[in-house]
Amino acid sequence: MIDVPDLDIAALAPLLLVLGAACIGVLVEAFAPRHVRHPVQVTLALVGTVGALAATLLLALGGHEDGVTAGAALAVDGAALFLQATIAGLGALSILLFAERSLDPAKSAFVASAAVPAGSSRDRELMTAERVQTEVYPLATFAIGGMMLFVAANDLLVMFVALEVLSLPLYLISGMARRRRLLSQEAAVKYFLLGAFASAFFLYGLALVYGATGSVRLSDIREAGLDGGGDVLMVLGLGLLIVGLLFKASVAPFHTWTPDVYQGAPTPVTAFMAACTKVAAFGAILRLLYVAFGTAEWTWRPLIYAVAIVSMIVGAVLGLTQTDLKRMLAYSSVAHAGFLLTGVLGLGAGGTGSGLAATMFYLLAYGLTTLGAFAVLTLVRDGDGEATHLSQWAGLGARSPLTAAVMSLFLLALAGIPLTAGFTGKFAVFRAAIEEGAWPLAVVALVASAVAAFFYLRVIVLMYFSEPVADGPTVGVAGIPTTLVLAITATATLALGILPGAVLDLAEQAARFVG
Amino acid sequence: MTISYYLVLAAILFTIGAVGVLVRRNAIVVFMCIELMLNSVNLTLVTFARSTGTIDGQIMAFFVMVVAAAEVVIGLAIIMSIYRTRRSASVDDANLLKY
Repeated sequence: MIDVPDLDIAALAPLLLVLGAACIGVLVEAFAPRHVRHPVQVTLALVGTVGALAATLLLALGGHEDGVTAGAALAVDGAALFLQATIAGLGALSILLFAERSLDPAKSAFVASAAVPAGSSRDRELMTAERVQTEVYPLATFAIGGMMLFVAANDLLVMFVALEVLSLPLYLISGMARRRRLLSQEAAVKYFLLGAFASAFFLYGLALVYGATGSVRLSDIREAGLDGGGDVLMVLGLGLLIVGLLFKASVAPFHTWTPDVYQGAPTPVTAFMAACTKVAAFGAILRLLYVAFGTAEWTWRPLIYAVAIVSMIVGAVLGLTQTDLKRMLAYSSVAHAGFLLTGVLGLGAGGTGSGLAATMFYLLAYGLTTLGAFAVLTLVRDGDGEATHLSQWAGLGARSPLTAAVMSLFLLALAGIPLTAGFTGKFAVFRAAIEEGAWPLAVVALVASAVAAFFYLRVIVLMYFSEPVADGPTVGVAGIPTTLVLAITATATLALGILPGAVLDLAEQAARFVG
Repeated sequence: MTISYYLVLAAILFTIGAVGVLVRRNAIVVFMCIELMLNSVNLTLVTFARSTGTIDGQIMAFFVMVVAAAEVVIGLAIIMSIYRTRRSASVDDANLLKY
């Protein structure tokens, strides 16, 4: 006889909204006529994500008591709600970017029919058609649902299922670009094969930890860790679990997929991945390390210390050599993953340090900024789609001052210049790391920031102080969705830099785990 | 029969799968190697379910199978779409994105 677990519907409401919207989206695909699908799907996806954002905010501000639900499979605590709200908000902005139809003469960033072979006569025919593969909306909504589940998982098995729910749709939508389809399909194959490889490692780690402790519940693992100490199975399992999660977070040396996938995927999808997947992966890393293995810090601290340094150096140095903006931002994402790990280490023994609040704030700030930067990339186009080569951006400041100014703001924020969100975030995570005695890490991080600032500033210099190229790209007139995204992300990037107090306080109050 | 035989067998299968992913060149074969890794995890889970005397491991093996099935659908769809364009499933031929 299996007992029915208690379900706290209020606490589950954000997840139910998003996943419900995704399920209805699948039905819409099956039953609605083709010409109404696009508006219906966009509305549905927005209702789901914005609804989830509202639900998490209501739960958090309504003083929802921290606790576990659904048979202790999910932990609904301050950190989970903060990260869920972040993911839902960034997800809604990504859906808006997906929905942009006025920029491309081909009407959408997504392919008309993914099943038609690239380059065939039918493909060329469909290139300028109004038709679009509207499955991207339910797929993206499923991915958002998976991410929100990922940060609340209180059980390694739920964590694994959530990992797959968020990954599988991402593999598909990264192969659905309307232009440069070969690149896009190649990105999807690479992402899929490497992603599945990494999740197999995660799963083997799960099995070993189960063998060592007889349970996959995070709190049980914590208790077993207290008695057992340095069990070989447990340490091996922890290592494999961390490898699986670091892959998703695109931390070097597990970052090799990142530049290829970021470059090949449709730019709105890249924006979505860069912002939301990062938040979800770091949410899970924090929970795993501090709830399940918080008492075995000596086992993972040196490992995280090392990969943080490698990630910052690899991201900053390889970012210097890039000539493609999407690839450059991909390496920037690797470097930022290293900065985020500094914050993870700043959590200190037993999770008492200020690292959790700092990391959560950093995730929010980085997500907003990077989403905005990719949104600007969708605006600058030539005859073959987006013009992402660095040389094509020369002299953009003269041609389109507003676009160049907004891009400069995002790049300055990514570089961590004061009065932008990036500075506040970096300051918070470095301070947390230093408070926990990890000052050598903070020194490396500062040097890496300085190196990385060079390649961000290079783009700004190129935009303002270079002669425009003769047959340069045009700057598209953004439709309402993209304009909205740019306005929100730019405002937030500035606001979190100038007046970060309120959000920092919010993160501070939310910084707690149950389990 | 000690359970360690099963664990060692599972570890060997996992290693064969992992090495296969790294050295094989056909996307379908790479994918089969990943499936081998997932199945070796199933063997590990079931073995541990027996050794710890809990049933969780067996239930988890079912979860893994379902997820693996979903992964097959997605993976083959992606590999098919690239194969129809390129007439090749070799991971070496997909080399437009680099550096």
